[in-house]
Amino acid sequence: MEKIYDYPTTYDVIVVGGGHAGCEAALACAKMGHETLLCTISLDHIALLPCNPSIGGPAKAHLVRELDALGGSMGEVADECLIQMRVLNTSKGPAVHSLRAQMDKALYQRTMTKRLEHTDHLTVKQFIAEALVIEDGEARGVIDHTGVCYHGKRVILCTGTYLKSRVIIGEYSAQSGPQGQLAAMHLSDSLRAAGFDVVRFKTGTPARVDVRSVDYSKMEEQPSDANEMHFSFWHAHDFDNQLPKISCHLTYTNEETHRIIRANLDRSPLYSGFIEGTGPRYCPSIEDKVVRFSDKSRHQLFVEPEGLDTTELYIQGFSSSLPMDVQLEMIHTLPGLEECEVMRPAYAIEYDLINPLELRPSLETKRVGGLYCAGQINGTSGYEEAAAQGLLAGINASLSLRGREPLILGRHEAYLGVLIDDLVTKGTNEPYRMLTSRCEYRLLLREDNADQRLCDYGHDVGLLSDEKYARYQARQANIAHEMQRLEATMLRPAEAEAMLVACESEPLHRAMSLAQLLKRPQVHYEDLLAYGFGDAALTPEETREIETIITYTGYIAKQEEQVARAAKLESRRLPEDMDYSQVVNLRLEARQKLDAVRPETVGQAIRISGVNPADITALLVWLEHQRRVQHD
Amino acid sequence: MGTSDTIAAIITAPGRAAVGIIRLSGPDAVRIGAALYEGRADLAQAASHTIHYGWVVDGRAARRIDEALFLLMRAPRSYTGEDVVEIQCHGGITATREILALCLRAGARLAEEGEFTKRAFINGKLDLTRAEAIMDIVDAKSEAALSQAVAQKSGVLSARIQAVREDVLELIAFIQADLDYPEDDIERLDDDALRTRTEACAAATGGLIRSGQRGKIIREGIRLAICGQPNVGKSSLLNALLGRERAIVTDIAGTTRDIVTEYLTIAGIPVEILDTAGIRETADVIEAIGVERAKDAGAGADLVLYVVDAQRGLDDEDRAFLASLGEKPCLLVVNKVDLADASAVLDAWQGSAVAISAKHAGGLEALEEKIAALLLEDAAIGTGQDAVVSNARHLALLERTEDDLESFIQGLELGMSKDILVIDLQHAWENLGLITGETASEDLIDTIFSKFCLGK
Repeated sequence: MEKIYDYPTTYDVIVVGGGHAGCEAALACAKMGHETLLCTISLDHIALLPCNPSIGGPAKAHLVRELDALGGSMGEVADECLIQMRVLNTSKGPAVHSLRAQMDKALYQRTMTKRLEHTDHLTVKQFIAEALVIEDGEARGVIDHTGVCYHGKRVILCTGTYLKSRVIIGEYSAQSGPQGQLAAMHLSDSLRAAGFDVVRFKTGTPARVDVRSVDYSKMEEQPSDANEMHFSFWHAHDFDNQLPKISCHLTYTNEETHRIIRANLDRSPLYSGFIEGTGPRYCPSIEDKVVRFSDKSRHQLFVEPEGLDTTELYIQGFSSSLPMDVQLEMIHTLPGLEECEVMRPAYAIEYDLINPLELRPSLETKRVGGLYCAGQINGTSGYEEAAAQGLLAGINASLSLRGREPLILGRHEAYLGVLIDDLVTKGTNEPYRMLTSRCEYRLLLREDNADQRLCDYGHDVGLLSDEKYARYQARQANIAHEMQRLEATMLRPAEAEAMLVACESEPLHRAMSLAQLLKRPQVHYEDLLAYGFGDAALTPEETREIETIITYTGYIAKQEEQVARAAKLESRRLPEDMDYSQVVNLRLEARQKLDAVRPETVGQAIRISGVNPADITALLVWLEHQRRVQHD
Repeated sequence: MGTSDTIAAIITAPGRAAVGIIRLSGPDAVRIGAALYEGRADLAQAASHTIHYGWVVDGRAARRIDEALFLLMRAPRSYTGEDVVEIQCHGGITATREILALCLRAGARLAEEGEFTKRAFINGKLDLTRAEAIMDIVDAKSEAALSQAVAQKSGVLSARIQAVREDVLELIAFIQADLDYPEDDIERLDDDALRTRTEACAAATGGLIRSGQRGKIIREGIRLAICGQPNVGKSSLLNALLGRERAIVTDIAGTTRDIVTEYLTIAGIPVEILDTAGIRETADVIEAIGVERAKDAGAGADLVLYVVDAQRGLDDEDRAFLASLGEKPCLLVVNKVDLADASAVLDAWQGSAVAISAKHAGGLEALEEKIAALLLEDAAIGTGQDAVVSNARHLALLERTEDDLESFIQGLELGMSKDILVIDLQHAWENLGLITGETASEDLIDTIFSKFCLGK
């Protein structure tokens, strides 16, 4: 792309893309006081939810809570726009409790757009960034599709699925972004020219149907749960967005659906080899499911409203890249959808991204200084994964403008830490989705304590406001105070009798503290409240956290021990200019892997596949040797 | 890996010695030492550079192993610069190995060659010249490569461990898929199914531990008891095997009052020989104790050499003792063939037998061959010298795996939540992976997605 004009303003930060990563990145930079430009292909599609209407669920809700505790926006906006909520995994333990909510998609976009437009130091523009400006190995701005050059001291790429994207429906394919938007056809060439390893992934979305043509009576209703949890720490505990709450509906595929799919597999671009990108295993198309799990006689589908003011319904679990005629035939076999009108077909989409091994844990690229990447360009999938990375990229671009060290979260501190460490250490060969299974310290990384883990960081970097930080501190003080009271307050057997009978718990033989009583599986804080032993001034969130800490204290302590044990190696830094060919006794494979990933710490090196404990010992011995040589 | 875990090893040379020393080094050294210690001191709280007399105990079996001195050196004032506990016990293979096994079971890892020194270096306790020498010792031989060698030597064992590991992984995948995809329509296991399947894994692990103990015969040596009536030439046999005079030999019945322990190798297998007092009903109190011990030794040995005098043949007392051995491998040794013909005794005997003359060193080669054949036949697992190290480690890991699985079953019964319970299974899976050399956690994600139909 030839430059024809220099835009007169030099921005501190230019954020490319207005999706979930871009919004969080731009808001973070602007709130931290840096002049920020967010450019997007379409101002009408900021914070678009191009696939599922839902936000949250296990691991994903954890990310939303974390970015909320750091000072991000997704949690607050989601709370304001949700029209259904479900509290999941309530009986499976506090580490996996999670909230999942359906958004009014249009409202979500409007609400987030309003936030961007009303944030100081933030400018929002519509153009297609088609080339990266790099001078002396440093990112210096972008050139748009008309040749205008925007100068910036830092650039954050949040390009989603828009790089050279191609939409595929059966035999049809076209260069297009999601939902008929424009694609950015040249920016990834600019990355390639700079030497980046550019790869290609694939994802997809199901069809949308018109609610007026759907028969809900043939489906199972799934109503909203009571309003008892929020994504954000900053709403009052009885906050309600006043929006009507809607139900989703369950239906299932059947043998006929599967027969149609099998009969038309040759027309699927996935099976004919027409699609080259790697698709995610956890988000398979319906044809994938039918082929890979051929013994399953039916697959569950959720029919979910896309908003309060629209008749569009999303068919979760039914994404496909089969041609339109097959899609129609398939959908019409589904109970309740026999007569339905399809408003938008399902499609697959392919897009360019960079190999995440190109990234440092700060999300700055190793190759080009001042260039940060967040979201799908890094190989992830999901709104929440994108938003959390966007926030961290924004924070780190801002910190580097101030000459400060980047914020790097440990695997023991946040799901976001696990997400980024996985990406930059192991890379990924399919779109990466956050799972609770990926976290080794899951008991420490709960939804309820995200504030305790991260508010200090958020405030320290200047993103979390003083007002919110003060509220966090007050909350912590309440919890600490109540914990003390529970430890110190002893109940005599007679005092506890009525409550224990009601809870069907063993009577006491001698006095016991309230904290001890709470450890019993049958006794909950609400029982203490009911019998006048609790503190009614505490919020449900506070009492939930207290109960978790008391009940799981032994297990939590065990995981904290593990963290402490690993800490020494985890934090030991490896020199930037490390020459692995000089390390004696390092196996060739380990040498190559270490050289490719170039880990920043020994902890990161340990997690590289192909590097074994003996290699790490060789590395440690060599480092110590070097240190001594330099000393002598 | 690194310096974050606690390592243990026997640091004295193997074989007969007055004292054996087991060294523990690392953050858990004091905790593990204290767990093994029974005595007056509070080892966990004791000051650095103190010595404590007491017993090494096996808490699991509530059994005293040996009398010992515990030396405590706290970081950084120790050889490695870490917390160090050294246990000085009686020398010889049995006690030191048993204590080492207890250390491993309590959470230590078997030290690699030169690892104490490596740690000393990394913690700044050695100078550069010394360090240069150490650099050559550090061998990038991988854990996986080592395990691979073991796998090749004992493909059956490895395949069985792998099978248990896959079962455990599948259980984890079931629980994790349920936690990560609560709304998906997937197969879920109820508590009963989880318990049944975990119990099956625990039983398989228990079987492996027992087969491992049999394999131990070859890898770590066996205990061989020489039994027989007084004056049949038990001590002569021992001396002949050792090729030197060691035990007291006289022609007076009942000279060998206590058990004499000796060490040698037969067909490359380390053998510990117990020369017992004569098996005879006696009024002599001291000798009676010796006889009891002889019976115990026979019962505790991996193989019994039962010696009879070719001149006397087998009598009722011999038959009673042999019958009391039950299924235990036993080799009848007909001694003094230089003085009488052994064929009548040999013909009357159903089992393995060999005729020798201990005094003239006749038939000893045939005896050693028979011993080796009996041992190899009993132990179905292949031999290998480098496997000696990994075997102690493997057994400890299998025992930990069994503990993890049992802990999971207990937790299930107590109604603990799945997010916590699954940790036990993960530990079991990791411990098994340390044996097979595979620990990549991506396996779990792969299993989840290949097993379950998940996602939007």
